Amino acid sequence: MATMDATAETAPPPAKPYLFHRHALAVRVTHWVNALAIFLLIMTGLNIFNAHPMLYWGEYGANPDVARQWLQIGADTNAAGQDFGFLRIGSLTVETTGVLGLSTGSNGAPSYIGYPSWATFPSYRDLATARTFHFFFAWVLIINGWLYLAFSLASGHLKKDLLPKLKELSIGNIVHDIVQHARLKFPKGEEAKRYHILQKLAYGGVVLVLIPGVILTGLTMSPGTNAAWPWLVELFGGRPSARSLHFVFANLIILFIIVHLLMVVLAGPINEIRSMITGKFRVDPETAA
Amino acid sequence: MSALLKPLSRRGLIGFGATAGAGLLLSGCDGLASNDKLSKIVKSGEAATQRWQRLIGRDGLAKEFDVSQLSPDFKVNGTHEPVEAEYQAHKAENFANWKLAITGLVNNPMTLSLDQIRRMPARTQITRHDCVEGWSAIGQWTGPQLGLLLKAANMKTNARYVVFKCADNYGGEASKGGAQSTSLYYESIDLVDAFHPQTILAHSMNGGPLSVGHGAPVRLRVERQLGYKQAKYVMGLDVVSSLDGYGSGKGGYWEDRGYEWYAGI
Ligand code: HEM
Repeated sequence: MATMDATAETAPPPAKPYLFHRHALAVRVTHWVNALAIFLLIMTGLNIFNAHPMLYWGEYGANPDVARQWLQIGADTNAAGQDFGFLRIGSLTVETTGVLGLSTGSNGAPSYIGYPSWATFPSYRDLATARTFHFFFAWVLIINGWLYLAFSLASGHLKKDLLPKLKELSIGNIVHDIVQHARLKFPKGEEAKRYHILQKLAYGGVVLVLIPGVILTGLTMSPGTNAAWPWLVELFGGRPSARSLHFVFANLIILFIIVHLLMVVLAGPINEIRSMITGKFRVDPETAA
Repeated sequence: MSALLKPLSRRGLIGFGATAGAGLLLSGCDGLASNDKLSKIVKSGEAATQRWQRLIGRDGLAKEFDVSQLSPDFKVNGTHEPVEAEYQAHKAENFANWKLAITGLVNNPMTLSLDQIRRMPARTQITRHDCVEGWSAIGQWTGPQLGLLLKAANMKTNARYVVFKCADNYGGEASKGGAQSTSLYYESIDLVDAFHPQTILAHSMNGGPLSVGHGAPVRLRVERQLGYKQAKYVMGLDVVSSLDGYGSGKGGYWEDRGYEWYAGI
């Protein structure tokens, strides 16, 4: 260290990598609590969905109401007498044997179930346990979410780091960022110290739209909440519609997570994940500059 | 540079490993579901939910719909027809000799015939039935408020719950998962829900007498909770101070099989 300090004195400061305090403690803690809660909520949610793998629009919706059903995961037998799994959305049906409708259970035997055992918690059909875990982690998600929002508002994190500035929203800037991402060119040096527009839109969208959306639609599947706050479920057009939207929000969150993890890996997983654990992010000054 | 990087990447790696480990644990480890300590913690969510819902809407009313919004085909779920001899005998007589017994912590135990129940002042409500599995159906229900019956029976001061004893032995449903042995169906609610204005003992549905599939001769409607609380084929009410002594003591057939007793969610 002593020798490095000595060289530092003669060189201009940004010429060597240095550590930058990127994430506040409150953001780091709430991020990981949130990630744990979301993973459990998704896996228990898919188990709950398996109890009735059909979705409807409107004020009511059950097996006889086929006209209101817009999505179904199921299994059927084809002309050759062979069973197959399928996903149906509207009038479009795709065969999904092996993943949806018909898959291999955790015991190795064929399982006629919506989502496969590897995607659900517990890995077998167990609505009671899945519900208990789902509602516990829903509480965790909500309390943790309020703490994150309170911190982000009070510290200015939301306004400063997450909400896009007007000039960032120009088509040119967005297109530029899309092109940079497509070329797998991630910001380097001083530019890496802040979120860019696609990142802001993705994080802002998750924090302000998808997570609040999944919570509110989740609440309105509860008959107790609906008696207390009747206006909320009507906002979504009824409980079956709220259940459909809950599923849509959950799937958008899954999509976000896939892209999020991909980006973390592509941008340099060690530096990125360390910054979300210790707060410190290494900045490598661009040598070409 | 390497001196600076080394300790940090090691820490980064530990973080990465911990995350990956947590992921593996979740996907592969059903042991979490049967861990007693963890199960106690996650079950605390139920009490939090009940307290929260009572806080925001102790007197809230379930939405009531218009006849034009009725489900054209209200799905029969759970028991379709009790096979037990006692029930079959009542059914053969069109429930003429069936009687509802109100017993337990009441000063005035009583039995009521179906005719007497039908002649009581009734409430008609069109509500949405929300099944724990995820489907919903809208139906019209008519019957006396449970509070009216409880007042007539004159509850003792230590009363805390009403237990509904049903006619059907039930064997569970595969779609609901878990171990599902056969036993007599029963349910229970606390006094807040028992005296809620929309809590009725329905003898009619969609304008006609309750069908066998939907719970003839009377079923409970407790509109702010899920479908499994809406006990069908009710034969008697017990007013009690504790749920011990019924089934496994959790307050209901499904509750004994892991479902929440407070089914407002
Ligand atoms: C194990 C999985 C996850 C890993 C490894 C991970 C990693 C990271 C990393 C490294 C960052 C910082 C990015 C940067 O500094 O440029 C970050 C930020 C973020 N992550 Fe994740 N993440 C995970 C799961 C999730 C989940 C499940 C969600 C929500 C659905 C989520 C939402 C966010 C949000 C909103 C931010 C921005 C936070 C802020 O600045 O306020 N992450 N994540």
